[in-house]
Amino acid sequence: MKIIIAGYGKVGSALTRQLSAEGYDLTIIDSDRKTLASSQELYDVIGVYGNCATMEVLKDAGVMTADLLIAATNADEINLLCCLTAHNLNKNIRTIARIRNPEYSEQIVMMRDFLGLSLLINPEKQAAQEIERLIRYPGFQMREKFAHGRVEIAELRVTAESPLNDLPLMQMESVTKCRCLVCTVLRDGIAHTPNGRFVLKEGDRIFVTATTNELAHLLKSLRIVTHRVKRVIICGGGGISYYLAQMLDKGNISVQIVERDPAKCQRLAELLPKASIINADASDLTLWESERISSDDAVVSMTGLDELNMILSLYVRNNGVNQVITKLSRTESTSILENLSLGSVICPKDLCSNTIVGYVRGMRDKTGSSIAVHRIADGKAEATEFRITKETLNCGVPLKDLKLKKNVLIASILHLSQCIIPNGESCFNPGDTVIVVSDSDSAISRFNDIFE
Amino acid sequence: MNFRMIGRIISFILIVEAIFMLPAMLLCAFGGQTFSAVAFLITIGIILAVSCGLWLLSRKAPRGFYSRDGLVCVGLSWITMSLFGALPFAISGEIPSYLDSLFEIASGFSTTGASILNDVEALSKGMLLWRSTSHWLGGMGVLVFLLALVPISGRNDGFTMHLLRAESPGPDVGKLVPRMKQTAIILYGLYILLTVLDFICLIIGKMPVFDAVCIAVGTAGTGGFGVLNTSIGSYSPYIQVVCTVFMFLFGVNFTCYYLLICGKIKNVLKDEELHWYLSIALLSIIAITISVRNVYPTFGESLRHSAFQVGSLLSSTGFSTTDFDLWPAFPKALLFCLMFIGASAGSTGGGFKVGRSILIAKIIRRNVRQVLYPQKVQVVRVNGRVVDETVLSNTNAYLCAYLIIILASFLVVSLDGFSTATNFSAVVSCFNNMGPGLESVGPSLNYSGYGAASKIVLIFDMLAGRLEIFPILVLFSRSAWKRR
Repeated sequence: MKIIIAGYGKVGSALTRQLSAEGYDLTIIDSDRKTLASSQELYDVIGVYGNCATMEVLKDAGVMTADLLIAATNADEINLLCCLTAHNLNKNIRTIARIRNPEYSEQIVMMRDFLGLSLLINPEKQAAQEIERLIRYPGFQMREKFAHGRVEIAELRVTAESPLNDLPLMQMESVTKCRCLVCTVLRDGIAHTPNGRFVLKEGDRIFVTATTNELAHLLKSLRIVTHRVKRVIICGGGGISYYLAQMLDKGNISVQIVERDPAKCQRLAELLPKASIINADASDLTLWESERISSDDAVVSMTGLDELNMILSLYVRNNGVNQVITKLSRTESTSILENLSLGSVICPKDLCSNTIVGYVRGMRDKTGSSIAVHRIADGKAEATEFRITKETLNCGVPLKDLKLKKNVLIASILHLSQCIIPNGESCFNPGDTVIVVSDSDSAISRFNDIFE
Repeated sequence: MNFRMIGRIISFILIVEAIFMLPAMLLCAFGGQTFSAVAFLITIGIILAVSCGLWLLSRKAPRGFYSRDGLVCVGLSWITMSLFGALPFAISGEIPSYLDSLFEIASGFSTTGASILNDVEALSKGMLLWRSTSHWLGGMGVLVFLLALVPISGRNDGFTMHLLRAESPGPDVGKLVPRMKQTAIILYGLYILLTVLDFICLIIGKMPVFDAVCIAVGTAGTGGFGVLNTSIGSYSPYIQVVCTVFMFLFGVNFTCYYLLICGKIKNVLKDEELHWYLSIALLSIIAITISVRNVYPTFGESLRHSAFQVGSLLSSTGFSTTDFDLWPAFPKALLFCLMFIGASAGSTGGGFKVGRSILIAKIIRRNVRQVLYPQKVQVVRVNGRVVDETVLSNTNAYLCAYLIIILASFLVVSLDGFSTATNFSAVVSCFNNMGPGLESVGPSLNYSGYGAASKIVLIFDMLAGRLEIFPILVLFSRSAWKRR
């Protein structure tokens, strides 16, 4: 399948990495020769220099024969124009545009339909939604929703006091008293796919699948205290902060945004009547003393600087805040962040590229291909949602009789809108939705790929 | 430097080389030359052993592979390939000295066609086939061949770009399609197609099958090794015309053929390099035909010979139908100039490349204008597109390196006591991957008179010329050998 990516920025490069590894033919358009050259040196792609919204450049990039165009330049209007032009040159091409100006966010669905686009993505809004979910359901480091929110994968850290410490996984159910499945364990930076005899240790990060209700039980039985968050302090007044404050306003959580730039503060104050906007430097520690942060608070570090975000998170964590969320724009270095208690880490570009990759996989083949894909465990493992069809192999065979590939695990089966956490006797049937967890090197793109 | 990864790539290349030796070995075995067949067998054994050793050593190769690794890898691969490719000649004793064998095979892989053999016909058929096969493999590039075969997947696979860039000729190398593997397959597909066409045309001219195979692959790689002492001279005029046409065809940028197949004829017709290539060819043919009208009995014959010689030297092939060393001074000088210009970028030919010459001409024009209008901001365009400044400065640097190497080699080679014209033309001819030079290394003579030092310098020149200098030159830099 031929895909054109316009704009090789943060999202563009994340997409290139993922899509080129999956074997698509990629053409990159960028108006900077240096970035374009670096894209070709890192990945097996072809580069076209120029403005992606012009017909000549699009034709050069092979728009007439391409199947998909992803416009991810830093200007919304260029992205839209690029998609429109491409669509007029080639009626069959599908187009995805990144739109992030908050002023357009209300009309995003209408815009999509009017302009004939296939998908509009707002990475900042997506990130805000993710953070909101983490704040509303505290206790986990990370949560990913599947199958319209009926199943979730959540991340937990095994601490020294936790009842999970030194526990073999087969005894987990008797301790936690709820149906859940550990699908990946991240230990010393390596993702393991555990079996029943796997023994958890202090410092492990485990990824658990369960329904939303069961996850609440899980927290209770593990004696993880979850305070209802009463106040959220957001450092940095960028796009994500605006969306997040808007979402949190609707619940009764009070929001404080700390921003250094007075003009931005003024604008945010105009846009967000309920939130309190504080014009201060988040790196100024006297601010945190005067705010009297406590365990009832949640702190989101979202300034433009990754380094500052990390330091802020470490600082507030040390001062008794349980719920800390750190935004990082680069996730390539996450392995060295492993042992820092940064709380939950959010990376907008990864969220955005995950959504697009999921869409691309869905496009490739209607039968047996994945519906959604989420990267978990710092991108070392993938959770992929598949729909079972008549073409799927091994329908109705109990899982214990199946030979699966190494490091592949069926994490849950949704049968008639009921979630089953599978054991050896479970089986899947046409019409079901199945979530498969695999390590990211396996490149599972169809369900039938999981069998030996 | 990622030596393990380089080692792994070289181990693959050696296997490719061994596979290409098989036809020559079989020909020897069935032709009754058991001794030569055994020489091939021993060589293949050595190659496989070395390749396995390299492969075992490079099992845990780290992933990082950058532009400098690409250059070093290509340079080392070609040298290794030549070192092992020379073995059959030396082991069988058909070329007694190893250095001479190395000269012969380096001349083969670099598609030069310069030989140290006084009597080509004395060589067994298998050896002749191996010489010509090396032209074919060297013409499009062995790494490109590897890229077409080996499934390279996973992360950080953009490194293939460094290999293509280091091996393919031209100032600005790019892919045809997004996937490197597809690009390599298309290039080799076109290459095979044209070679087979050439072969069929030669067979129609009632050429013996063995000769037709050798001449077709020799033309395809723009090499120049023949199977007769007279090169192409003793074949029929029809065959000479076929060779002329195909020599011109293989000197054209292969991107043009790809665009033709895609139906983008307009782009091909507008291609500046193609215009210049054809104009230079046409003008030279006309000029030479007029100058040599008194040498040959009929106008047709002088046209045929001049067209053949122009095609041979412009595309850097080096076949000959006549001893052009006996021509008057002007056509000889013109042919000598054609050696410098060479074929188009992205073709199998050597030389400075028409594309680079266009760039240099435009840079000079820009500098002249800059003197006249100092405030004028100017860009260089080729095919209506702005050429990046880095490409321009690289072209300048290339020209300087090109001239310095020619002069330095000329100095060393002159120690052997031949005439100045011989020495200079020998260096220019080897460096531009041509084959024959003037006077004592003219079309009817060969390089056997040179001493060991000169031969080593000429081997260096041939490989450096084929790989466009830097992949070979980088091996002399100390920082290329640091682990880092």
